[in-house]
Amino acid sequence: MISIKHLSKQYRMKDQIVHAVNDVSLEIKKGEIFGVIGYSGAGKSTFVRLINRLEEPTSGDVYVDRHHFTKLGKNELREKRQKIGMIFQHFNLLWSRTVYENIAFPLEIAGIKKKDQQEKVNELIELVGLKGRENSYPSQLSGGQKQRVGIARALANDPEVLLCDEATSALDPETTDDILELLVSINKKLNLTIILITHEMHVIQKICHRVAVMEQGEIVEVGDVLEVFINPKEKTTKRFVKQLSPLEHDPNRLKEFLTDDENKEVIKLHFVGGTARRSLISEVAKKFDVYANILQGSISQTQEGSYGTLFVELDGNRSEIEEAIQYVRESGVEVEVVEHV
Amino acid sequence: MFEELFPNVVMDDMWTATYETLYMTIISVIGTFIIGLFLGLVLYLTDQGNLWSNRWINGITAIVVNVFRAIPFIILILLLFPFTDFLMGTIRGPKAALPALIIGSAPFYARLVEIALKEVDKGVIEAAKSMGAKTKTIIFKVLLPESKPALVSGLTVTAIALIGYTAMAGVIGAGGLGDLAYMKGFQRRDNDVVFACTVFIVVIVFIFQFIGDFASKKMDKR
Ligand SMILES: Nc1ncnc2c1ncn2[C@@H]1O[C@H](COP(=O)(O)OP(=O)(O)OP(=O)(O)O)[C@@H](O)[C@H]1O
Ligand SMILES: [Mg+2]
Repeated sequence: MISIKHLSKQYRMKDQIVHAVNDVSLEIKKGEIFGVIGYSGAGKSTFVRLINRLEEPTSGDVYVDRHHFTKLGKNELREKRQKIGMIFQHFNLLWSRTVYENIAFPLEIAGIKKKDQQEKVNELIELVGLKGRENSYPSQLSGGQKQRVGIARALANDPEVLLCDEATSALDPETTDDILELLVSINKKLNLTIILITHEMHVIQKICHRVAVMEQGEIVEVGDVLEVFINPKEKTTKRFVKQLSPLEHDPNRLKEFLTDDENKEVIKLHFVGGTARRSLISEVAKKFDVYANILQGSISQTQEGSYGTLFVELDGNRSEIEEAIQYVRESGVEVEVVEHV
Repeated sequence: MFEELFPNVVMDDMWTATYETLYMTIISVIGTFIIGLFLGLVLYLTDQGNLWSNRWINGITAIVVNVFRAIPFIILILLLFPFTDFLMGTIRGPKAALPALIIGSAPFYARLVEIALKEVDKGVIEAAKSMGAKTKTIIFKVLLPESKPALVSGLTVTAIALIGYTAMAGVIGAGGLGDLAYMKGFQRRDNDVVFACTVFIVVIVFIFQFIGDFASKKMDKR
């Protein structure tokens, strides 16, 4: 669907060259929600703006739907841009226009007659849940509602791709979840390919199928979200994964439970995909003569299934503990005995 | 009572002069708006990093604007005498004042237009580009509507400056309230005429200010 080949963008400053995007190659499939995560200055915005050529690449190629985007002439580019919607961190609505008129704007650009616009705009207002607000001005809307207008506007010309640059970064957590849910639903409903830029891992976790980690203009790691979460390779990736479940990656906080007492053992359970059986811990406590004391844990829902970790202290007879661990292993959950250091 | 306070004021003259002042102001506001808007757009669009970024056109326009803004209005009228004579066929009366009024205030308004356009959110322009908008569409459907309140309040400021200019033009025979105050009032030492003209001008200024403020506020949906 979207093919990016050796894409680079350099900014010439007075006495240095900034490699904002450096030799990035990616394949993005039709209908997938592809996340790009990176810290501030990593080049994410530049990258996404290179795709619809709001920024001209220094070198490299972009193909969208087999159209060689980087080779398009001015007029062709304008036409093709209508098929790539874009939403922004600060919404970028026209304050001088009402909700209705803002959503109609891309239709005006596409040269659709006033009376033919109406049906489409109303349909979009319905889709993003803004019915009754069509005559409000942006200044009368909340941040979440403004982004809904932004999304409706981006979808007006039935795009195949939606680019989102930090679309939820200006919103509170609850509103963020609402907007993300809306994105997932339009992704499913319209089979829309979404490229989503963020610096927040939970955004990736919640809605992306695949993720690329960006650092200093380069993609340092790409993969399925679940895989990257479970087995992050690069340092930056690990830091991002830590954002989500800080406990799991902070052994210091377990220290007080780690003793030499052979009748106590701390184990780490690793759930992936469908193996997360809620009743497992109580089963263990019932079947074996041990106390199961849950210390900490987190389970995350991703688009591809859930994954999580649980730290449990088992308190009981040595042999009972061994058997309990064996039992958990046999039920298909990865177990790690946490050694004290 | 009125006759006692203003023995030398002839109301017919006053109304004629008011009409001439309004005529000069309104026509020159229209002319200034068109030329100033055009120059302001050129200044903005050719600025570095903007849609028609062009160092040369920008530099030349800026010089022209700055030079005409630097010339004192009263001198500009004198300088433009031959031009006015050629264009209007006369150098006397309200009509003859128009070229100087417009040329004197359009550069001023152009700068106000430029400032107004610079205030337009770059993100909104970018959003329009991402939708595939043509430059024409960006100018007429984004830049101008989004800067409308500032364009209107700038025009109000310019219009009020123009009322002052019409009075100055009056001194060299353009007609209007300035002319009346100078010829019939000052020169004959009839201070009541000067005072009456002043009151009329102040009222006109207030009316313009009120209309401008009202319109600008009404348009601003931010
Ligand atoms: N117009 C420009 N001129 C010069 N340098 C630029 C320009 N735009 C971006 N850069 C540089 O390119 C690099 C990447 O910037 P970019 O905005 O893409 O980062 P980002 O990952 O989006 O960051 P953030 O999360 O803060 O939005 C930065 O070092 C930035 O300073
Ligand atoms: Mg950015």
